[in-house]
Amino acid sequence: MSGGARTINLTLNGRPVSAEVKPHHNVVEMLQTQFGLFGARESCGQGLCGCCTVLVDGQPVSGCLCLAVFLDGADVVTIEHLSETGKLDPVQQAFVECGAFQCGYCTPGFVLMTKALLRQNPDPDDEQIRDYLAGNLCRCAAYPEIINAVRMAARETKAGSTG
Amino acid sequence: MAATTAPDGRAGHQVGRSLHRLEAREKVSGRAEYTHLMQLPGMLHAKIFRSTVAHGRIKSIDVSGAREVPGVYAVYTSEDVLKVIPDPYYGPAFHDQPILAVGKVHYIGEPVAVVLAADPHVAEHATQQIVAEYHELPAVFDEVEAAQNKTLVHEELRPAGTFADLKHLKGRRGTNIALDFRLRRGDVDKAFAAAAQVFEHTFRTQKVLHLALEPYASIADFRDDGVTIYSAAQGPSFVRTEIARLLRWPENRVRIKVPYLGGGYGGKLYIKMEALATAMSMLAHRPVKVALTMEEQFYTITKHPATLRIKSGIDKDGRIIARKCEVWWNGGAYADIGPRVTQKSGFTASGPYDIDNVAIDSYALYTNLTPAGALRGFGIPQLVWAYESHTDMIARALKRDPLEFRKQNLLRNGRPQATGTILKDAAIEKVLDRIADRLNWKQPVDHGTGTVRRGRGLAVALKAVISPTTSVAIVNISGDGSTTLYCGTVDMGQGSDTAMAQIVGEVLDMPAESVRIVPRDTDVTPYDMGTLGSRSLFHMGHAVRLAAEEARSKVAALRRELGEPDGSNAPLAELFLKKYGMQAGNIVGTGTYKPDYIPPDASGLTTNATPFWMVAGSGVEIEVDTETGHVRVTRLINVADVGKPINPKIVETQLSGASLMQLGFSMFEKMHIDGGQITNASLADYKIPGMHDVPRVMENETVDAIQENGPFGAKGVGELATFGVSPAIANAIDDAVGVRLTELPLTPEAVFRALRAKANKPLGRE
Repeated sequence: MSGGARTINLTLNGRPVSAEVKPHHNVVEMLQTQFGLFGARESCGQGLCGCCTVLVDGQPVSGCLCLAVFLDGADVVTIEHLSETGKLDPVQQAFVECGAFQCGYCTPGFVLMTKALLRQNPDPDDEQIRDYLAGNLCRCAAYPEIINAVRMAARETKAGSTG
Repeated sequence: MAATTAPDGRAGHQVGRSLHRLEAREKVSGRAEYTHLMQLPGMLHAKIFRSTVAHGRIKSIDVSGAREVPGVYAVYTSEDVLKVIPDPYYGPAFHDQPILAVGKVHYIGEPVAVVLAADPHVAEHATQQIVAEYHELPAVFDEVEAAQNKTLVHEELRPAGTFADLKHLKGRRGTNIALDFRLRRGDVDKAFAAAAQVFEHTFRTQKVLHLALEPYASIADFRDDGVTIYSAAQGPSFVRTEIARLLRWPENRVRIKVPYLGGGYGGKLYIKMEALATAMSMLAHRPVKVALTMEEQFYTITKHPATLRIKSGIDKDGRIIARKCEVWWNGGAYADIGPRVTQKSGFTASGPYDIDNVAIDSYALYTNLTPAGALRGFGIPQLVWAYESHTDMIARALKRDPLEFRKQNLLRNGRPQATGTILKDAAIEKVLDRIADRLNWKQPVDHGTGTVRRGRGLAVALKAVISPTTSVAIVNISGDGSTTLYCGTVDMGQGSDTAMAQIVGEVLDMPAESVRIVPRDTDVTPYDMGTLGSRSLFHMGHAVRLAAEEARSKVAALRRELGEPDGSNAPLAELFLKKYGMQAGNIVGTGTYKPDYIPPDASGLTTNATPFWMVAGSGVEIEVDTETGHVRVTRLINVADVGKPINPKIVETQLSGASLMQLGFSMFEKMHIDGGQITNASLADYKIPGMHDVPRVMENETVDAIQENGPFGAKGVGELATFGVSPAIANAIDDAVGVRLTELPLTPEAVFRALRAKANKPLGRE
């Protein structure tokens, strides 16, 4: 395809890395083909389903719409980072406990959105949870369980930070 | 709670535990494997050039421009496919679908040519350089019009040999009817003549699709001595058989590997991308991946739109004495499993009612649209939409309470169902009563007086499981006592791995968590008919139970052989050590399950239509904004008879998820089609349920029941909560504002138009 590759430098899951990307490569492609990270995955390709969510400088971003070249200098976190120590993050644990997924394809996106939500608002009510997660779709419709999981994660995160 | 302890505190009891899904950790950490994300060394990406006409003869396909694109490895059409697969037609019921269009195209979006390249962007760009010319032919899109056979989709029918009752259709010409199921019980004409009142209504359902978030994907790696196909497939055994048939190979040279599925819902059944990937890999001598985009799913497989005409005769006491159902199923351009949907759903088209005189005619029709197949209910949600709307309309016309009218006519255990099969272990009345109790049915509804009106509705349904089908399982105990299960049921989110592990654990007295489930691989996992129609827990559940029981008997025999005292519970590892002198050996148990079934006779009657009945219903409370037509479901209740749940928590999430999926099909999902062209083929234009569509109150319940012939009293659940949702909402709209919608989806525009028509101020058509 047209346009030459460019080298970008970024922090990926806490480590400095560089990547060769072409101008048309999106973030999902870069993560999959250059770093073997498949937790962010393209589904709708239009930024509407949230399956490709990654955190860029702490903010959730649709990896299918964001071009990889824009990540030069950025701090990027993917789902894989959350359990890198071998222990599940409280949000992941809450999703397990509440059965907040079925097929699991959309789950990394929901988990990262929940991380972002709880960072902004450690004690969201149900309406705030629904609003914040309205941009993520789950065709298995595990929504009631996801809401439960967010509530549980909020409780656990709070208990963890105060206790 | 310790992992090995059941709720009742006894160790080893696994059935009835609300165990978390075994693969939970992999899924929440983004490490679960899906075909769409897989890569093989040396793999090429395939991108598909698709038909732009609904029906036409292919005059020419010019691929020269595509071949010139730098980075393109090859461009292929059916001319190339025919060189390696001389008869490139596939399908479970009819061998009618070509790998790439041969001579003709039959719907807009049909695959015509393929570009292969190492870089998917290159392949995609090159498909845009392909030019095809067609001689357009008349096309037919509506199912009722198709039944008139004025415009023909196919010149000749090509039934597969798989189903004996389709064989007579071989070579038939001049028809769009792929299957005509007919059921006659009693004397319907006489009963209508004797009826005090007769009611007739026509209902329609729209074209919707599965829309799994993992789009269809297959990777084929063809070698001279065999082919390995990695695929997002719900039925690996069927894929293996069908690919072997296309290649004229024995099955043991075809290997199907299936990781987790990112949703299936019936879409990933039978052959989807597997045959195309195989043909491309044969031609290219490289592994080839066919992974669709979201948009392309709209051109792959959908649910059946249907037109349903239903007529009932009521005697002076309010008994339904006759019911006639005519159903036209819009199967699209290729039959897929449509003929099965037509026949099997035909068994229960008259609903869960005790009616002596029944006539059912169910037609599978070809049209020039994206093919239709199974979608979470095998046709049942369409039928329930019709018969539970119809039943409610009759009750209201008779000024009877809709619940009481249903209860008066309900089919009860011990009574013959429409096919003549005696109903057994079907808690229809219990399900209906529980919905009514939860809705507090005895209390009148406060309909409200302002612009927002409230209403409630309910619906109940019956389904016969697809039969006869076979499942085989292997349980393998290793030298250290650890246990592995080989079974072909595909876990696509329904939690089957967990339930099967619980069954093994129950029989062998070990924690389900300790049982390893081998990922689906037809080289090692034995035959299973498919993960479909809520059949797995019953059929595979039995096979797994039998395999585990055989292993248990062998363990007992080994204990005797080794002179262990009666009642000895020496650990398995010690037995192997004693027997083989080291950690060695295996104990292998196998199980095969195929329930009895008697095919229907020429009148559609049989004394054994199904090994188990599926029963479920829904109740809703809604609000209708009379100024906008907007309907809000404020409470959604799903009640089902699942026998005795193996894993109550997973059962609940299945009920909840199925009902929410059906909520989308009821309220807004619709593929808009203009002259055969789908005009909203993306998630931007085709809306599926999101967080804000979930009713504020959701209740899911399983009634206290047992399936006598089920594994540990259990039966299937996956589809159940789809059944009653649509008619329950339409019935509630009628209750709230006195208008009746007979066509899905129940959009604000449809409700508003009906309100205006009722007020004698109808809106003009656009």
